[in-house]
Amino acid sequence: MSRIEGVLKALKGQGRKALIPYITAGDPAPDQTVDLMHTLVAAGADIIELGVPFSDPMADGPVIQLACERALVHGTSLRQVLAMVKTFRETNDTTPVVLMGYLNPMEAMGFEVFADASVDAGVDGILTVDLPPEEADNVAPLFSARHLDVIFLLAPTTTDDRIRAISEHSSGYVYYVSIKGVTGSAKINVDEVAAKVQHIHNLTALPVGVGFGIRDAETAAAVGKVSDGVIVGSVLVDTIARNQNNPAQLNQALTDLLHPMREALDGLAS
Amino acid sequence: MSIKLTEEMLAMLPDTRGHFGDYGGRFVSETLMDSLMTLEREYLRLKKDPDFQAQFDFDLAHYVGRPSPLYFAERLTKAAGGAQIWLKREDLNHTGAHKINNTIGQALLASFLGKTRIIAETGAGQHGVATATVCARLGLECHVFMGAEDVQRQSLNVFRMKLLGAEVHAVESGTRTLKDAMNEAMRDWVTNVDDTFYIIGTVAGPHPYPLLVRDFQSVIGRETRAQCLSQAGKLPDALVACVGGGSNAIGMFYPFYTDESVEFYGVEAGGLGLETGKHAAPLSAGRPGVLHGNRTYLMEDENGQIAGTHSVSAGLDYPGVGPEHSWLKDIGRAHYVSVTDDEAMDGFRKLTRIEGIMPALETAHAVAYAMKLASEMSEDKVIVINVSGRGDKDIHTVAQLDGIEL
Repeated sequence: MSRIEGVLKALKGQGRKALIPYITAGDPAPDQTVDLMHTLVAAGADIIELGVPFSDPMADGPVIQLACERALVHGTSLRQVLAMVKTFRETNDTTPVVLMGYLNPMEAMGFEVFADASVDAGVDGILTVDLPPEEADNVAPLFSARHLDVIFLLAPTTTDDRIRAISEHSSGYVYYVSIKGVTGSAKINVDEVAAKVQHIHNLTALPVGVGFGIRDAETAAAVGKVSDGVIVGSVLVDTIARNQNNPAQLNQALTDLLHPMREALDGLAS
Repeated sequence: MSIKLTEEMLAMLPDTRGHFGDYGGRFVSETLMDSLMTLEREYLRLKKDPDFQAQFDFDLAHYVGRPSPLYFAERLTKAAGGAQIWLKREDLNHTGAHKINNTIGQALLASFLGKTRIIAETGAGQHGVATATVCARLGLECHVFMGAEDVQRQSLNVFRMKLLGAEVHAVESGTRTLKDAMNEAMRDWVTNVDDTFYIIGTVAGPHPYPLLVRDFQSVIGRETRAQCLSQAGKLPDALVACVGGGSNAIGMFYPFYTDESVEFYGVEAGGLGLETGKHAAPLSAGRPGVLHGNRTYLMEDENGQIAGTHSVSAGLDYPGVGPEHSWLKDIGRAHYVSVTDDEAMDGFRKLTRIEGIMPALETAHAVAYAMKLASEMSEDKVIVINVSGRGDKDIHTVAQLDGIEL
């Protein structure tokens, strides 16, 4: 059983929902990322999605674009991101880490080299935003063979046939993109999300995490109620941006944001 | 090494997943997959629909003004001192460039699909103007995304788009050029996918765009082939076209794929020189990667981050290139070369002064290379340059380089 599967099974057994924060590696500076990861765990994270910065993040809104730019000013490379995970693992071998990014940096490193290095660093899953299963023939098997979970996206526009096909290619969990839009863009319609997630549950046995548009304890609880986990990105990254010059305050600000979401999610358990 | 292309091979170009050999494909986030598959299905259906094709042909003839002439440039030929130089006059099309061929086709597709809102990216502004033009004609809402740097250096085209009723969005992210405009257009599309049609201006992007843009632009090569046979009495020996994304080049080359005697030359923007790194020549000096929905040659750093580009010509200032060009390069069917900013400026001045034809700075790259090539070929050989656009839009850039205030 993968670390991701283990964590999600245990949560399910307790009737709890997963809290999955996203931050961009190297933002605001590479030497702060590992510390921020530990802060996220202390504030209640079950799984961490760690963004690999890319120069052209087509699926992201301005908040995460700017995070990528801040990270790239420091030259944050995929190899450095893997080194951060390795350092994180020195003191945490329980919290799964999913690398989330775009294909080109992985391709530039070499898919096989990247897959080996991911295992070595203690990465648990790979989510490549611009790699649908149709194009993943030569890539996904390299990850699966090394017991790295391959996480694909589902969207409001995904047809039933595709939901089934994508789920068959996925492991760990599937990531449901709750809105038509880029990260951090719009308000989610909880009723629509609930209906779609229920529908996805009918088509796959995999846990469903929901991301895009979750900003506070209230939306986290509303979405947590209908899914297996919530993914929180832009609001955290925005907090990092606002506190980028004050590292001491930054950790506290992230905790203040994430902890109420944890409590709200755990309040759902009965 | 070059392989002989057959009709059977062309039928699978691209294959059903949009692959040209190792290139092309559909590398986008999941939200767009359904729209792309619908677009592909509908396009393949309409491609065989006589009504759709008749409307397209009618518009090309009566709105764009096709066929564009093939003109023997006698004085330019003398100046180069070698092969005959002929000019395919896409600059004479309505709106002044080849871009309109494609926007007519895609806007027609949008109408057939019932989409009411059009978005487009643009570099030099020619595609933006061509899109704004067809939107004005069809009464469609039009949004054009343009890098903030390009908005400055192509202010004439920005004003043209606004006059035509388009909203021009200056993109401030990244390098503030064409690639960032394309990122922003993709973001808009993801957000407004239900009512919006994205008219991509070049033979790049996710499948089926490279296919449909090629099909709409192939009218250039089809006309050239017939005109050359009738006017020069033979097929051309060489075709020369500039390559940014590569739509005018593919449109010119494609109908000649199986004519083995015809050599293709794609001319990339060498900027300040390939050795300086300040250029926009991925086929000459890049390597394969994935950007904007397709696998193709890219300019990138060792970590896979997309590199900044430089060209005097905004329309060529792009770090990627259409996937079909990547394939043509690898199989050896086309030659990809580059000329510098200075050489292109020289080509611009020569065509202007010797033939009275002022080319776009993009086109000037092809002119510069073709003159060099002609001088190395005998007088019985025929070279056709695709004069992809006219140079009015570049007057300010040229004046600035000459230190003249207009």
